[in-house]
Amino acid sequence: MPQQGFSIRIDGVEQDFGDFPALRDVSLDIQPGELVALLGPSGSGKTTLLRVIAGLNAPDRGSVYFDGEDATNLAVQDRRVGFVFQNYALFKHMTVADNIAYGLRVRPRRQRPSSADITARVEELLRFVQLEGLGKRFPAQLSGGQRQRVALARALAIEPRVLLLDEPFGALDARVRKDLRRWLREVHKETGLTTVFVTHDQDEAMELADRVVVLNQGRVEQIGTPAELYDKPASSFVISFVGEAVALPVTVTDGHVNFAGRELHIDTHGLRSGPARVFFRPADIAVATGGDAELEGRVESLRRTPAGVRATIAIDGFDQTLEIESPVETAATLGDKVPLSLTKARIFPAEANGFDHIADGI
Amino acid sequence: MTSSPARAARNARRFVAPSVLPGFGLTFGYTLFYLGLIVLFPLAMLIWRASDLGASGFMRIMTEPRVTAALQTTFTLSFYAAVIDLVFGLIVAWVLTRYSFPFRRVIDAFVDLPFALPTAVAGISLAALYAPIGWFGAPLAEMGIKIAYTRWGILVALVFIGLPFVVRTVQPIISELEIELEEASATLGASRFQTIFNVLLPPLLPALLTGFALAFARAIGEYGSVIFIAGNIAYVSEIAPLLIVIKLEQYDFAGATGIAAIMLAISFAALLAINLIQAWSRRRFGHV
Amino acid sequence: MSDAVFTSPPAARSRRRPRAVTEDAPSARYALIAIAVIFLLLFLFAPLAIVFSEAFAKGVATFAEVFHEPDAIAAIKLTLAVAAISVPANLLFGLAAAWAIAKFSFPGKSLLITLIDLPFSVSPVVAGLVFVLVFGAQGVFGSWIKAHHLQVIFAIPGIVLATIFVTFPFVARELIPLMQEQGTVEEEAALTLGASGLQTFWTVTLPNIKWGLLYGVLLCNARAMGEFGAVSVVSGHIRGLTNTIPLQVEILYNEYNSVAAFALAVVLAGLALVTLGIKTFLEWRHADQLAARGGRRH
Repeated sequence: MPQQGFSIRIDGVEQDFGDFPALRDVSLDIQPGELVALLGPSGSGKTTLLRVIAGLNAPDRGSVYFDGEDATNLAVQDRRVGFVFQNYALFKHMTVADNIAYGLRVRPRRQRPSSADITARVEELLRFVQLEGLGKRFPAQLSGGQRQRVALARALAIEPRVLLLDEPFGALDARVRKDLRRWLREVHKETGLTTVFVTHDQDEAMELADRVVVLNQGRVEQIGTPAELYDKPASSFVISFVGEAVALPVTVTDGHVNFAGRELHIDTHGLRSGPARVFFRPADIAVATGGDAELEGRVESLRRTPAGVRATIAIDGFDQTLEIESPVETAATLGDKVPLSLTKARIFPAEANGFDHIADGI
Repeated sequence: MTSSPARAARNARRFVAPSVLPGFGLTFGYTLFYLGLIVLFPLAMLIWRASDLGASGFMRIMTEPRVTAALQTTFTLSFYAAVIDLVFGLIVAWVLTRYSFPFRRVIDAFVDLPFALPTAVAGISLAALYAPIGWFGAPLAEMGIKIAYTRWGILVALVFIGLPFVVRTVQPIISELEIELEEASATLGASRFQTIFNVLLPPLLPALLTGFALAFARAIGEYGSVIFIAGNIAYVSEIAPLLIVIKLEQYDFAGATGIAAIMLAISFAALLAINLIQAWSRRRFGHV
Repeated sequence: MSDAVFTSPPAARSRRRPRAVTEDAPSARYALIAIAVIFLLLFLFAPLAIVFSEAFAKGVATFAEVFHEPDAIAAIKLTLAVAAISVPANLLFGLAAAWAIAKFSFPGKSLLITLIDLPFSVSPVVAGLVFVLVFGAQGVFGSWIKAHHLQVIFAIPGIVLATIFVTFPFVARELIPLMQEQGTVEEEAALTLGASGLQTFWTVTLPNIKWGLLYGVLLCNARAMGEFGAVSVVSGHIRGLTNTIPLQVEILYNEYNSVAAFALAVVLAGLALVTLGIKTFLEWRHADQLAARGGRRH
């Protein structure tokens, strides 16, 4: 049942909860039919933004447009958003079928489908979410994954213009999450709905979304495809939150990057002199083969993996260890000093907003 | 419903946190209106009329020997009744929560009887029980003990109406006590007796105090169950609420208002005490 | 245990299976149970039993006669009428107050809850008195009421007002914690699905609170029908006109018409027992849909 997705435009949205700014000047454009993830740690404002789109929160400033039309002051009932709540918010006292039919039954008499049509629609949706025959059950009699699908069917029943999901897999165990992820992608493909979901799990965002909006402390840090976020992270926050990253404290002097008395060959892109941090992913550091070693470290432990050997290395002048993977043949021995070189790294000024906050969480 | 809750919420945000749910203005307004009309305005009138008496008028009423005697009767007997309820309420709550025995459920349900039984019914049945020819009154009379139509009768009635307050306040706390605490105490070498006094009773203290205060406050204001058994002899077994009624019947509005103001002040004090106990308990034990 | 005597070493023989450390000694247990049960029998059960015993002391026929008395019939009718007004009034208030308090956040909430609880702390006699002071002949509105040929005190409106006052908090204090526990997420879901505010209330909120609501209404009703002190002050005790059942019981008792007094009391005691029965059933069957128990006061 492909439906036409609407575009969503968020323009300069701000929201304060008392003295706490939950959203600060958030702007973004979502294309029709796009699958977008709002990614961030707790307290980053991602759920607030989703609720602003749904009309569950009224922003203090800024506007929300659906398909070019200003929807900022449109009541939640009139927005036709399919909203899937974090813990599903299924009506406990209604059967699965009644839950799904709810949005159709509360319509004004003139717009309400006949009860035969409602029944047919409920059946269709039950089939669509693979819950045929469970219409007479109550939510309490379903598993978490089934409840999730009922919540989705209920949201789809009103033929929404956009589909919004708040932490859709948050309450499920790991195995069910994987299945549902794949399934949600299919749902998105089949419905063609503009879909926005909130998650704190970067794997989930990267695997599912066409584009990911990274939020931190109420601000948008970066909007981009998963590839862009991996390859061109816009801030230290993004690189450390999206994927594993190691941060080395360095000093920049006239374009030269210095770490613990060694010079790192990194393009500073005109970064001004002062303290900075160099970020690299575990895959971007390797045991140096030639004479181009930038770093040196001591092998602290070795562990065999299917592909090769994973070594934990303590870098001289740095209080954290890092793990590198190398092919079996180049493996060092325990306690060896090994030369290391960076194949790819990014540098951001040390005072970069939000970095410290995130570093604690790694 | 097509009006703008977004804008409405923004306008109201100075007072209420914005919400997409409708109806705050209506329900909040009605709540204040109805509360004001039924409760606050009439009580304010009482305070206003009492303030009309002036300090000297107030003192005159309060030093009237019959008033002093009635207030003293009410307070003393309410206190003793609450103490008795405290002791037996704790035992009943402990037994009902910790032990299993036949008819436990029925007996548990029965504890609420004083809440449900109208006070006038309680009054006449207690009077009938303890009257010199009653089930309990007759054998007691043979031993030379007189309950009905004495201060003892008042005490019996006040114990009756206060008991569920202690039981129902303490019971949930007993059932929440972690068995591990007792086991820990035992593994550390404490005797059962030491465990009860050092581990089990301290967390129950706030609930016991709250239950005591509730029973005491209720006893002070109690009227219906007392007047039938009390005998209502001035200076001996006349309670303060009854004196209000008597003053009203004599069209002594000033006198009735004066006593009522004192009782209202006591109610507020009891309410404050209960709230303080509960605030303290929340800080200290994390529960009420 | 018998063969253990032969196989166990003497030291082990003397100790039987040890009691769990959290169990009290059987002697203490039985003593405490006995104290509790005897106390409850004497102080709770006996007063209830004697109501029925006295009512039927002179046979069923004498008991039944009481209900043919016009004054008794009038008292029953008045009691039902008073409850029929005051219970719905407090039900409406309870719903409004619980909606505002539980579903929204605003400053001064706990003060408001304390004020709603206030009538429970006020002596019934004082509750009656305040209405005499407002509406009585000497009251604030006394002359105005007289000028308009209205009567509040010593009439039904006064009885209704006093009853509403003493039963004021029942529904609200049952619903507020329950609705606070339930939060607002189901209502939000209904709104996103297009339901109006009223539809949301009827189809989502109300079904979720129905048992708690019934519980509150039940207790409110029991108290409304049984209230004595407050009603006694404002009623004027006019036979056949302003006497509710409890007031009629008082009059009959004071006239030494014990059978009639207890016969009417049986009606109220029966109401109390039915209330307790339903209350117990609700607590047992729908405990999850009632506000968390504990520290309740009525």
